[in-house]
Amino acid sequence: MDTPPQVDPAEQFGVVVARRLGFGFWIAAAWIIIIVAAAALAPWLPIADPNETGVGGRMDGPGWSNWFGTDNNGRDMFARTIWGARVSLIVGFFSVLLGICVGGTLGMIAGYFRGIVDRIISFSVFVLLAYPGLVLALLIVGLAGQTLPIVAMTLGIVAIAPIARLSRATTLAYSEREFVAAARVLGATDRRIMVRELLPNVLIPMGALTLLGMAITIVAEGGLAFLGLSVEEGFSWGKMIVLGSSPRTLREGPWVAMFPIGAMFVTVLALNFAGDRLREYFDVRELGIGAA
Amino acid sequence: MATPLLSVTDLQVGFATERGLLRAVDGVSFDLAEGQTLGIVGESGSGKSVTAKTLMNLLPSYARVEGSVMFDGRDVRAMAAERERHFWGVEMTMVFQDPMTSLNPVKKVGEQIAESLRVHLKRSRREARDDAGDLLQQVGVPESKKRLTQYPHELSGGLRQRVVIAMALACSPRLLIADEPTTALDVTVQKHILDLLDELREERGMAMILITHDLGVVKGRADQIMVMYAGRTMEQADTATLFSEMRHPYTEALLETIPRVDMASHSRLVPIPGSPPDAVDLGQGCPFAERCRYCSASCLIDQPSLEQHRQGHACACHAPVGTDAGAAAHAANHETGVTPAGLDMGTFATAVGEKT
Repeated sequence: MDTPPQVDPAEQFGVVVARRLGFGFWIAAAWIIIIVAAAALAPWLPIADPNETGVGGRMDGPGWSNWFGTDNNGRDMFARTIWGARVSLIVGFFSVLLGICVGGTLGMIAGYFRGIVDRIISFSVFVLLAYPGLVLALLIVGLAGQTLPIVAMTLGIVAIAPIARLSRATTLAYSEREFVAAARVLGATDRRIMVRELLPNVLIPMGALTLLGMAITIVAEGGLAFLGLSVEEGFSWGKMIVLGSSPRTLREGPWVAMFPIGAMFVTVLALNFAGDRLREYFDVRELGIGAA
Repeated sequence: MATPLLSVTDLQVGFATERGLLRAVDGVSFDLAEGQTLGIVGESGSGKSVTAKTLMNLLPSYARVEGSVMFDGRDVRAMAAERERHFWGVEMTMVFQDPMTSLNPVKKVGEQIAESLRVHLKRSRREARDDAGDLLQQVGVPESKKRLTQYPHELSGGLRQRVVIAMALACSPRLLIADEPTTALDVTVQKHILDLLDELREERGMAMILITHDLGVVKGRADQIMVMYAGRTMEQADTATLFSEMRHPYTEALLETIPRVDMASHSRLVPIPGSPPDAVDLGQGCPFAERCRYCSASCLIDQPSLEQHRQGHACACHAPVGTDAGAAAHAANHETGVTPAGLDMGTFATAVGEKT
């Protein structure tokens, strides 16, 4: 009879698999850093006032004086793209933060305690999922007003359901593992098991979802802007795209829409890519002989 | 005799299933004195692990438990994990079968050992870390300082099980339950781990319950042995008695399934024919009757009760090995070639016949 080849433990022992983030990750990370830094430092950067009209001519093409050209009010598009990043990134970050805090916690509670708690939470999540996200967003923004915190909160609420489902599923899978029972026989309480044993495991898929979720909400905010429901004061990339996308503007000055579109595209791509690579990199479970 | 450390009386555990009540453990009783080792032996599905989980309060909420479990005069079943925070882990704890899954994959080994020291013994971060290093050294992990900062996947199976043992021993429990602690390990590592457990038990005066399917594992290590089958106790005796005067056909059959040094070379191991019965529908007779070569007509209708035929040796069988009844049943079955339960005696004949 053939026996499967036995691998000598000593031979496996101490094998270190080199892991690298790769060149692509660093490009993506560099872009994210540049865009975040530019957005954060916008008031102090030597750029034009984004709301000042007549910085250049009306619909000037990209050139030395206005790198990204000007819009139909003669405002500098380069400055506007940087200032627009502020709103887009803030909305993206805080809505995902809200989604993870609320959805992640609910999902873990449902997955850990199961039973009636799980049924109530899962049902609420299904209701939230069944309700079209855009309609929900329209409703909240329409009723509560178009301020930055409310737009961020709205997109955060829409994000709760999918995040809760991921967190519940991951928690369910890990609660079955023996290390949870092992923690219990060592006298750990439910709270301790959730925070110290399960959370670190749940955070790995969640971490990847954070950057991905930011990318999705940045786009979703653009969607709201098209409906005229994004922030009233100030402007985001989405709102800039809307302003630049009338047929006439597109014909006469396509750069007015293209630069915010390009910025959004590259940022979303970078967030996705970086998120994916980071998850692979930090997932210690996949490394080496762990996959037994 | 002084009051035992752990006293289990008429333990019954059932699970309600769609097909009816599954009796996982049915009327198990035993006493365990301080510093002693009890071996619980049986096939998979015999109720060994459920017994252990009952002691550890790990059963799901839908399990139905009857009987009493007393630990040092305290009723374990009445304790709730949230209130009795310093019971499990400090007084008694458990080592699981598979070290691959009983360590948290994303936490460093040192953290995992230090955790219970910090919770139960209120050690500072630094003290706990130092103690964790000492513990690793005690369980024979080389370069223990370095290991503290490694993740479980960086260690081999044997080392991981040592880490699990170190975690269990952190708060010096008085009772350690080891549920098949070596089943998932390489054969070469198994003996090391068992010897280590034995050594540590001796050093610390700790009591131990060693759960296994291998009678050979408990032979030199346990003070008492309980053989379980289909949730029931089949035979219970101190180790020397069990091996010298084993009475239950199941114990005998179990022993024949494992190789021994004193066997003639090239002798065949005798498998137990068939598989364990359905725990939902056990019928009325002896649960082992269908696989037993000592089976008699009464075994099929009447379930034998566990009876002490002398001090410290109990057996649940109508026709025990080594008695006239047993010999008679065996001879009768040989003559007809088939047991009353319909088991072909030929399967035994060839196996035994080839033993030269």
